[in-house]
Amino acid sequence: MGKDKKPKEREIKYWQAISEAHVQSMERNERVFIMGIGVDDPKGIFGTTLEAYKKFGKKRVFDTPVAENTMTGCAIGAALAGMRPVMVHARNDFMYYCMDQLCNHAAKWHHMFGGLMTVPITVRAIVGRGWGQGSQHSQSLQALFSHVPGLKVVMPSTPYSVKGLLMASIEGDSPVIFVEHRRLYDYAGPVPEGPYTLPIGKGAVVRMGKDATVAAISYAVWDAIKAAVALKEEGGIDVEVIDLRSLKPLDEELILNSVKKTGRLVVADTGWKSYGASAEISALVAEKAFEYLKAPIQRVALPDISAPTSVTLEKVFYPGAMDIISAVRQIVQKGGEKSVPLFESSLTAKTVYEREFSSLAQEKEFLGPF
Amino acid sequence: MKKKDPSLKSIPANVLRDMYYMIVKIRKEGERIAELYPEQEMRCPIHLSIGQEAVAVGVCANLRKDDYVFSSHRCHAHYLAKGGELRRLVAELYGKKTGCAGGVGGSMHLAAPEVGFMGASSIVAGTIPIAMGTALASVMQGSDRVSVTFFGDAAVEEGTFHETLNFASLKSLPVIFVCENNLYATHSHLLARQPTNNIFERGESHRVPGVCVDGNDLLAIYQAAKEAVDRCRRGQGPFLIECKTYRWREHVGPYYDYDLGYRSKEELEKWMARCPVSIYEKVLLENGILSRKDVSTIAKEVGEKMEEAVRFAKESPFPDEAELLKDVY
Ligand SMILES: Cc1ncc(C[n+]2csc(CCOP(=O)(O)OP(=O)(O)O)c2C)c(N)n1
Ligand SMILES: [Mg+2]
Repeated sequence: MGKDKKPKEREIKYWQAISEAHVQSMERNERVFIMGIGVDDPKGIFGTTLEAYKKFGKKRVFDTPVAENTMTGCAIGAALAGMRPVMVHARNDFMYYCMDQLCNHAAKWHHMFGGLMTVPITVRAIVGRGWGQGSQHSQSLQALFSHVPGLKVVMPSTPYSVKGLLMASIEGDSPVIFVEHRRLYDYAGPVPEGPYTLPIGKGAVVRMGKDATVAAISYAVWDAIKAAVALKEEGGIDVEVIDLRSLKPLDEELILNSVKKTGRLVVADTGWKSYGASAEISALVAEKAFEYLKAPIQRVALPDISAPTSVTLEKVFYPGAMDIISAVRQIVQKGGEKSVPLFESSLTAKTVYEREFSSLAQEKEFLGPF
Repeated sequence: MKKKDPSLKSIPANVLRDMYYMIVKIRKEGERIAELYPEQEMRCPIHLSIGQEAVAVGVCANLRKDDYVFSSHRCHAHYLAKGGELRRLVAELYGKKTGCAGGVGGSMHLAAPEVGFMGASSIVAGTIPIAMGTALASVMQGSDRVSVTFFGDAAVEEGTFHETLNFASLKSLPVIFVCENNLYATHSHLLARQPTNNIFERGESHRVPGVCVDGNDLLAIYQAAKEAVDRCRRGQGPFLIECKTYRWREHVGPYYDYDLGYRSKEELEKWMARCPVSIYEKVLLENGILSRKDVSTIAKEVGEKMEEAVRFAKESPFPDEAELLKDVY
């Protein structure tokens, strides 16, 4: 990046921003390397590792056996010995195999030995949603990892934040679980050309509003924005949208300040509702800003089941902008309509919304490839 | 009936014919699904077994209905060979209520417990220890059932494969590990992931005997599996069978993929020339077990059954939205 010039920006896609973060991190620090199943294959994890492989070759970008737990241990060892490994999983689901190395080892090594050592590993893992990915290829496991002390959990929603946060994760000294959403890969946005980092633990207000706060992560941020636009056009409801960017650490101040202003909160997450990130954030607000709340907190997250494959079930399984709209309506509408369980209400709300806001509902359907 | 080939002597003619019918049926299923998939009505990732069918058929022909079988993401052949219903398979791919898993599972998660097909997992190596668990139960229940798990060459890279061999051997459990070594995991060649191509030997230090067979030779697989099954039924413990074979189509999806560059068209053609269906058909014709007329009758019948299954699947209803929260604790 030139010192005197304004950093150059151009529109690139989410996956390209990841690729750029890899290449620039590897240029900056020769100890950074990438390993994982398929990182050097012709498809290069949906394109994200192709450029790095081309530039740095097999020594720094290499395929691994299908042995997630062991290879995670291997990454931890390499990190202890001075390297900065980036591990890539094509799905979150495969990380269950490495829960032991991630949670018992990577997460513990720094604290358990009184801060003697650090484990600077970055573990990228993609959430696969849609096209019948089903129970074992679509999970969004951020809450699980956020539960374990010693790991950072990052979930960027835009090309700009994914690049800055990935570079920060690779540069930082802590283990980071870096959760990407497959549906965001083709989303484009402005991204500076040169290297930059964003602070892990800082969220951003992506749309200002005064009537209600929607705190969201990852793909849910886009749903929240769509909902906010629709609510404004429809009935002048002003929704503030927060992109949390990371769950661990969590930008508590940002959430609390917004709720203190609006008095209403909807949390939108890509994971399960039960015991999930949305539960943690709701608890935080109930503990620290209860007196500011004008209505019950609402949560828009996955129902308490595994992802079905059939298209009809998949459609109702995933919440979307319509569900956020109905959640906001429930707490903003005066007269206090009796609230119905979110899941039931979302089914009926969808049809109403589709008629009223067809242009927003016309998002291109995800047809792969996977 | 004349039986020239000595390897055919020990196998009853009806078994030979049933295996032929089955391998033709499985091939037909794969090819028809590949044709239909681009219509985008089967909305789930599909891993086809075209080129690898002999393994499923040769192994399952030795099993009883009450024996257990488990599989992986590439599971259609195993489901059918164990006796799973064709139309319920196709309906599952279409996400229909009438599918074998009610449309919830999809292509990678077929199941037919009524015929001992206990399920397929899309997590590599996921069902290896589970198959062993059913073998443990059989022993505890005093039954002589046998358990089989089918997996790919990448599954042996997971720790659980080795942990399972250890315990299965320790307890002499009646479980057969069948590895379909098709040389690739997605786009990654076996030798990019393992130091040598010798999967059948991986059981040695655990005292699990193994054999390596031509995975495109149905009769060789049948014989190897027969020995393994007999051993298991006699309580002599686990067995590992490596079948060297080849996937013709792309890792996931209906198309050919040599244009990607990770494998060559020549390599594919070499394997296609050794088509497991043609090889077996030739043996049966030469030995008078089947006539040309039988071959065309079977082809016709299998084709009709497949069309009937597709029609059934397409006409079946989708699961009800209200069923989303079914089967949750
Ligand atoms: C634990 C786990 N890691 C990674 C994957 C992604 N994946 C799906 S299929 C596959 C390759 C499997 O290769 P192999 O076992 O040889 O079976 P094949 O596809 O060749 O039949 C991989 C790595 C997965 N499904 N599960
Ligand atoms: Mg393979």
